[in-house]
Amino acid sequence: MNHIALKMLMGDKGKYLGIVMGLTFASLIMTQQPAIFVGLMSRSYSFISDVGLPDIWVMDPKVQFVDDIKPLQDTELYRVRGISGVQWAMPMYKGLLKARLTDGTFQTCNVIGLDDTTLIGGPPIMLSGKIEDLRRSDSVIVDIDGARDKLGKPSPTSGGKRIPLAVGDTLELNDHRAIVVGIAKVTRTFQSQPVVYTTYSRAKSYAPRERKLLSFVLVKAKPGQDIAQLTRRIRAATGLSAYSHNEFKELTYNYFMKNTGIPINFGISVALGFIVGAAVAGQTFYNFTLENLRQFGVLKAMGANNLTLLRMILLQAVLVGSIGYGLGVGLTALFGHAMRHTILAFKFPWQLLIFSGAGVSLICVFAALISIIKVIRLEPAIVFKS
Amino acid sequence: MTEKQLAVHCQHIGKTYQAGGQKIVALNDIKLEIALGELMMLVGPSGCGKTTLISVIAGILDQDEGSCALFGEDLQQMRSKDKLNFRARNIGFVFQAYNLLPSLTAVENVSVPLIINGVKRAVAERKAGEILELVGLGTRTKSLPAQLSGGQQQRVAIARALVHSPRLIVCDEPTSALDHETGQTVMGLLKDVALHADRALVIVTHDARIFNFADRIAKMDDGHITSVGAVNGLLG
Repeated sequence: MNHIALKMLMGDKGKYLGIVMGLTFASLIMTQQPAIFVGLMSRSYSFISDVGLPDIWVMDPKVQFVDDIKPLQDTELYRVRGISGVQWAMPMYKGLLKARLTDGTFQTCNVIGLDDTTLIGGPPIMLSGKIEDLRRSDSVIVDIDGARDKLGKPSPTSGGKRIPLAVGDTLELNDHRAIVVGIAKVTRTFQSQPVVYTTYSRAKSYAPRERKLLSFVLVKAKPGQDIAQLTRRIRAATGLSAYSHNEFKELTYNYFMKNTGIPINFGISVALGFIVGAAVAGQTFYNFTLENLRQFGVLKAMGANNLTLLRMILLQAVLVGSIGYGLGVGLTALFGHAMRHTILAFKFPWQLLIFSGAGVSLICVFAALISIIKVIRLEPAIVFKS
Repeated sequence: MTEKQLAVHCQHIGKTYQAGGQKIVALNDIKLEIALGELMMLVGPSGCGKTTLISVIAGILDQDEGSCALFGEDLQQMRSKDKLNFRARNIGFVFQAYNLLPSLTAVENVSVPLIINGVKRAVAERKAGEILELVGLGTRTKSLPAQLSGGQQQRVAIARALVHSPRLIVCDEPTSALDHETGQTVMGLLKDVALHADRALVIVTHDARIFNFADRIAKMDDGHITSVGAVNGLLG
């Protein structure tokens, strides 16, 4: 009876496409919106992801997320270095400083100060110049998006595009001269300010005079050292917070989840997509069954049992569900591909495939269920009604 | 007539519907016997209970009172599964509105009863093709119902009713949607091809132009059978 079920489904091309499109829409909205949400949320900890080398991040116990800087005294670095199991510990400065551009305007920059010797914590990808060039006097590395946009030089023609900052150009950071020695690619973060990398000591000279300027201590554990144990030891010995790479990401992620409207906004969007998709696809599928009720009645009168009819409806639901799901996921992937060079946050992990697959399955099961109930309750005597 | 020779043996059939809080008696103390090899027509005004009776006879509607045996077996006493199997094997249907599945070709439509009976699709379609040949539609096997005329669709429906060699064929107004000539052709086909000694035909109709095809006619009114007899005796 499977071929009959499929022919019944595809016989009315308009309705068939209507159901598939409803499910495609539901699947699209259930993958595209969460993909943007995941992309956006992963930006909350993208700075931590970019700094891949250290195993542990040490910071003030009151720090709630990566941009919530509560500086430490430089002496904390030496205390951490003294803890057993620590292979190395390096300082990192992270702070917002004002840059004065060539046209006299000011732009706040996210300045990252790296250990002068090792330059650990530097940008993940260099587009021009070398990270070692930071050892030259007054040198800084600027991220490509900042260089192109906010730190770009004004166009000589009025209303023209800004001229990207390039290697050799200069900036003023808090009245200190800074020479661009490299352009780097960094993962976008929640903060829209340009990212400027320099050495730790130079960053301190740029920063306003404060007693404490050390933002983080980056720690590498000795080979074979249990990271969880080491973080506990650091906490116990220093009274500071110490998080593994993933724990710090989680801390940041959870902060944004709890303290911003992002999850609820996207949650509403996804829920709305699910409801609209379910309503469109469910209603169309149910209408399709209703319109075929007489045909099911004929089959029932001729001796087809409920199980056979149930299998037919399930097959129809599975088919439209699979096609709608595939198209929706495909469109989401195309969307992500088309947006890959834009500012839009988009991340499409495999878990989203499962999430949207479950959502579409739920819609299909729901639509099939109400249709099945209708068919099972159907009196075959309906076939004699003209 | 012994029970074995009877295709249908209804005794004291009663059926009541509830509509808008009111009881509507559709069938009242119906007694009817249809022999094998007989073409019985149920006639009467609209709402007299013809369709309800044919539904009870075909085992697709349960009566409230009485018993109705098909080939000696009381369908109401059967388990639901057995009843379905019995219906699938022994009853063929021809409907007023043809009720062909619009997305299936003629040959696929005709093969449906065989497929329901567990016959493999290829075998079922081969046999369906043979029956379509028999009803004069051998060249239209791949046509969809929408591509066929009313008379051709009804011939496909007759082929579908015959394909699994049922012992009872139940027809509901088989000619009411057809013009006179086509109606006569369809009835001629039913009488010639469908009717033989091991099979009975029950036809519900309003169409007086086809009464002459009946062996006997049961006249119904207000849920009762008012008279049963030969065509000439009853109408003449």
